[in-house]
Amino acid sequence: MFSILRSIWYTFLHAFHKRETILYPEKKPYLPPRYRGRIILSRDPDGEERCVACYLCAAACPVDCISLQATEDELGRRYPEFFRINFSRCIYCGFCEEACPTYAIQLIPDFEMGEFNRQNMVYEKEHLLINGQGKYPGYNFYRNAGVDVGVKGKGEGANEELPVDVRSIMP
Amino acid sequence: MTYLLIIAGVLLIVLTIAAGLIWVERRLLALWQDRYGPNRVGPFGLLQVLADMIKIFFKEDWVPPFADKPVFVLAPGILIATILLTFAVTPFAPGFNVFDSNIAILFFLGNSSLGVYSVVLGGWASNNKYSLLGAMRASAQMLTYEVFMGLSLMGVVMMADSFNLREIVEAQRHVWFVFPQFIGFVIFLIAGIAETHRLPFDIPEAEGELVAGFHSEYSGMKFGMFFVGEYLGVTLISALITLLFFGGWLGPSFLPPIFWFFLKTGIFICFFILLRASLPRPRYDQLMGIGWKVLLPLALLNILVTGAILIYIK
Repeated sequence: MFSILRSIWYTFLHAFHKRETILYPEKKPYLPPRYRGRIILSRDPDGEERCVACYLCAAACPVDCISLQATEDELGRRYPEFFRINFSRCIYCGFCEEACPTYAIQLIPDFEMGEFNRQNMVYEKEHLLINGQGKYPGYNFYRNAGVDVGVKGKGEGANEELPVDVRSIMP
Repeated sequence: MTYLLIIAGVLLIVLTIAAGLIWVERRLLALWQDRYGPNRVGPFGLLQVLADMIKIFFKEDWVPPFADKPVFVLAPGILIATILLTFAVTPFAPGFNVFDSNIAILFFLGNSSLGVYSVVLGGWASNNKYSLLGAMRASAQMLTYEVFMGLSLMGVVMMADSFNLREIVEAQRHVWFVFPQFIGFVIFLIAGIAETHRLPFDIPEAEGELVAGFHSEYSGMKFGMFFVGEYLGVTLISALITLLFFGGWLGPSFLPPIFWFFLKTGIFICFFILLRASLPRPRYDQLMGIGWKVLLPLALLNILVTGAILIYIK
């Protein structure tokens, strides 16, 4: 009996509590920097595409919403000929970001992607590629490893040693 | 002419309040759950009611092929009719009532008994096991609570020496009946909630167990009539609590009597909503047990003690 009256009273006191609702379109909610929202492709500090078209993101994607085609430029640097993400399939799991060896594909705190036409949910490379470095400023995959594509010479990367001549008998 | 005006006025006020309660209830529930509730349509979401009305009027009014059609259509009408008939004998202010009945309380009790038919027939005509279960529960619950709802009012009737609601209010010039008849007030409040099958006593339509109970099969405006009927019932019980126990329109004279009446009624409507926000639904056997084993003896005891004291004083 007393507990019933007490719960009525406590419920009444909630009239003076702060409301939990965030009035969304007027007031944007705070999204943490690691929020998994819209997917972008970033560039390295030299302004070149980070993506090396290794297909790991497409392989990791549980809903198969990423499709791309690899190609090479005249220096032998790999890049995607097209890169297509179907956001009406994407579940924003972030596996593609985890799989990416070059920090190229990243999820950013933006979820406002509503469209009236479903076809507009398919983003091409020109929509995905941004002009910045995203979450990992200063990182350039080709400065650390990889083939010589004019960024660094063979064995001159940050943690690389020069190649050893295996036919030589000298130490 | 004034007579027709009063009828139109009462209908307008009562139906507007009942429709407005949909918005009030959603906003108040939201307030007590730290939310906002409907606040998009119009100022403070006030036009939400209008939007809901437009929506419910244009919904398909579907009668299931397995239902008993005439009874199915009739059932929601009975609910609205019985409650609106009771408002005919409810005085809002001195001179502002449709019919100054000498047996107003009996008329109310009779009409609320008839209201059970609406739920039972609605559930039965739906020809659906959940609806029938809801209707069975509703009839058992409302019969139980009808018994001591009437008995709880007898103390008031004895003290006022009248079944006339206007005279009962006038008899409260010195002291509101809630003080000498506190037990009667509590019993009438509980019975009133059960009678309108509002939460926490909404066992006939317990959505966790019975889909929507007796109105599972109803859609469109027929469902809307059950819905509005429930709010009409809340308004009616609140108005009667005000008239019988809280001095009706009596109050300090710097404001007109009708204001006091609506203020007190409004407070009780809010209390009904607060109960919905705070209390869980009791189990069915607990509901019946409390009714027969606690509230009925209490109501009888209340009559006995009130009668003895009245005889002793006279």
